[in-house]
Amino acid sequence: MKQEENTRVWRDYQKEIADDHFFYVRSCIRQSFFPGSEQFFLQLMRDVLGKDVYENPSHTTCTGIGYHGDVVPFSTIQTVVARHYALMKESGYKNVAVSCVTSFGIYTEILETWKHFPEELEKTREFLYKATGREFDLPENVAHTSDIIYKFRDEIAARAKYPLVNKLTGEPLRVVEHIGCHYSKMFPKYGVGGAEFPQVLSGMVESWGGQIVDYPERRHCCGFGFRQYLVQANRGYSLSNTVKKFSSMKPYKPDLVITNCPGCNMFMDKWQYTIKEMEGLTYGENGESIPILTYEELAGLVMGRNPWDLGLQFHMVQSEPLLRKMGIEFDPSDKFKTKDGRQMPIPENLINS
Amino acid sequence: MNPHVIVIGGGTAGMEAAGRLARAGMSVTLIEKGKDLGGHLRDWYHLFPDRRSSDEVLEYLKGQISHQNIRLLTGQQVTGFIHKGNEFTVSTGNGDTINGDALLLATGFDLFKSERKEEYGYGIYENVITSADLEAMFRKKEVKLVSGKKPERIGFLHCVGSRDEKVGNIYCSKLCCVTAVKQAIEVKKIFPASKVFCFYMDMRMGGALYEELYKEAQEKYSVGFIRGKVSEVAVNINNRLVAKVEDTLVGRPLKMELDMLVLMAGMEMSEDAVRLAKETNLQMGENRFFKPADHHFGTNMGNVNGVFYAGACTAPLNITETISHARSAVTEIVNYLNTGRK
Repeated sequence: MKQEENTRVWRDYQKEIADDHFFYVRSCIRQSFFPGSEQFFLQLMRDVLGKDVYENPSHTTCTGIGYHGDVVPFSTIQTVVARHYALMKESGYKNVAVSCVTSFGIYTEILETWKHFPEELEKTREFLYKATGREFDLPENVAHTSDIIYKFRDEIAARAKYPLVNKLTGEPLRVVEHIGCHYSKMFPKYGVGGAEFPQVLSGMVESWGGQIVDYPERRHCCGFGFRQYLVQANRGYSLSNTVKKFSSMKPYKPDLVITNCPGCNMFMDKWQYTIKEMEGLTYGENGESIPILTYEELAGLVMGRNPWDLGLQFHMVQSEPLLRKMGIEFDPSDKFKTKDGRQMPIPENLINS
Repeated sequence: MNPHVIVIGGGTAGMEAAGRLARAGMSVTLIEKGKDLGGHLRDWYHLFPDRRSSDEVLEYLKGQISHQNIRLLTGQQVTGFIHKGNEFTVSTGNGDTINGDALLLATGFDLFKSERKEEYGYGIYENVITSADLEAMFRKKEVKLVSGKKPERIGFLHCVGSRDEKVGNIYCSKLCCVTAVKQAIEVKKIFPASKVFCFYMDMRMGGALYEELYKEAQEKYSVGFIRGKVSEVAVNINNRLVAKVEDTLVGRPLKMELDMLVLMAGMEMSEDAVRLAKETNLQMGENRFFKPADHHFGTNMGNVNGVFYAGACTAPLNITETISHARSAVTEIVNYLNTGRK
């Protein structure tokens, strides 16, 4: 790939990302599957970068899983999102920071719908008012939280304790970046770098010293695809897409995968376990599996946070091979201890540990 | 004094029309923005359907404009014109103004910028080239990969920027199919052992001898035709292109390794002509080419009396059609000037 040309393409897709005063909306599933990610984002923004990030306790799911699973109608999800905007208005914020890629896709899809079909906006205003008595304004800025980390990537690099360099070889770590489909495939203008050569994650990786792997199935779905997984009969299809993706990246010997989507992170992590159990196949070097990290987790590692505080032990594919490559010191005995030092049950069959 | 016609655009249409107008007794100023005449023809190698050298046609056109009634202004960009009574005043980028009795726009087309179809990786992946790039290779007699090696598997992707709502072009550029067939044959003649594939939506072989050329490509040169559009292109670890395509006749997706992929770039109204149209209120059609006054009887006229059109500024046209269209524009202009300019 001609790197300078790739740079030209993504420079065509620049989006404005607010600098401060964010109304933060969490993901439904990230707190369960990657419990350190959102917590680290808030710590980074508030304590390190000194930004104002507000959470409203009345915020709910956006119903995106139901919407993409064909059980929530469009008018309903529009009204739910309108309620979030009403909460934002009531809280005095204008910039929304969205943790989940699917929610981000929902927010952008609805804003575009209202732009092109103003009657839908009026209908939604009426529905929300009748149901809750609330009114809302459209946000001034919509950013996915990976956009925000991208915006502050150099501030993170300036504080890097463990850059993305293999300490054993001195070479940059080989990083596969995987962008959630709903980030920019629907509306390229809302994504940093557009849909085909997005820069949001690769920009972070390059800023932190790593090397991006370009492989043939780079744009392919992680395998989740909502109905592909949610309808039980389709799960073989979900799995086969994940196999296709990992088979394609394997020859490049990636050291890790970074994603910006809860579903992608979960499926690329957990399906590796499934594939190993079913077929005995692994996709990393030396028979290991490839750690799948969120961008917050990777930022935290680069900045020297304790991997267990970041929640890496709650992934199916464990990160020890990566931690060793980065030269990160860690205590295996702390892995499954609570904050006050109590030992939690240790899961069986963890990969890579 | 002879009536004075200003011809804007020194490609095939402008040259043919200027020559014919001069022979009809008109005084002609031919303005070309580039430093050389000939337009896209100068970049082409062989023309379909008979693979005549484009240089031969260019020589003919140069002969056409070799006339004392023709004044050439090259390297001058037309920035606008004013229409007052029956007179036109054309202004150029270097501040000159030229007065005339009629205006002929022969502003031609721009090739679709293939980098806009980002998923094909033009400008990103080595060895993804356009049909124009391949013609340049033919002209230099250097068809090769960036590494200098011979390509063994070559793909031609039809409809790049044509019949594509995503880029705002729903029209068919109509010449890309036959160009792909012609280029596929040229490649097979240079590399007889190579495998050549055309990925198409429909084969639109409507011109004289096009269908015969298509048949020849299949029967004599064993070019493979796969009905399906490439969805994306990537590069594998061996630095070979990987094209994903759905074979809609077999009903299966397929992934194919290629050494070279040629994008058959479509035709768009030239950017300069779009700007001129907007500044001077010349109407454009849905396809953004100049809108003809009548699709049957008035393809050389638009919405401003005394302004005429010739060639591919009205729609995608091949060289044969462009020359015919230029000749009919001359007939219309002579008629206009001889019958009270109505």
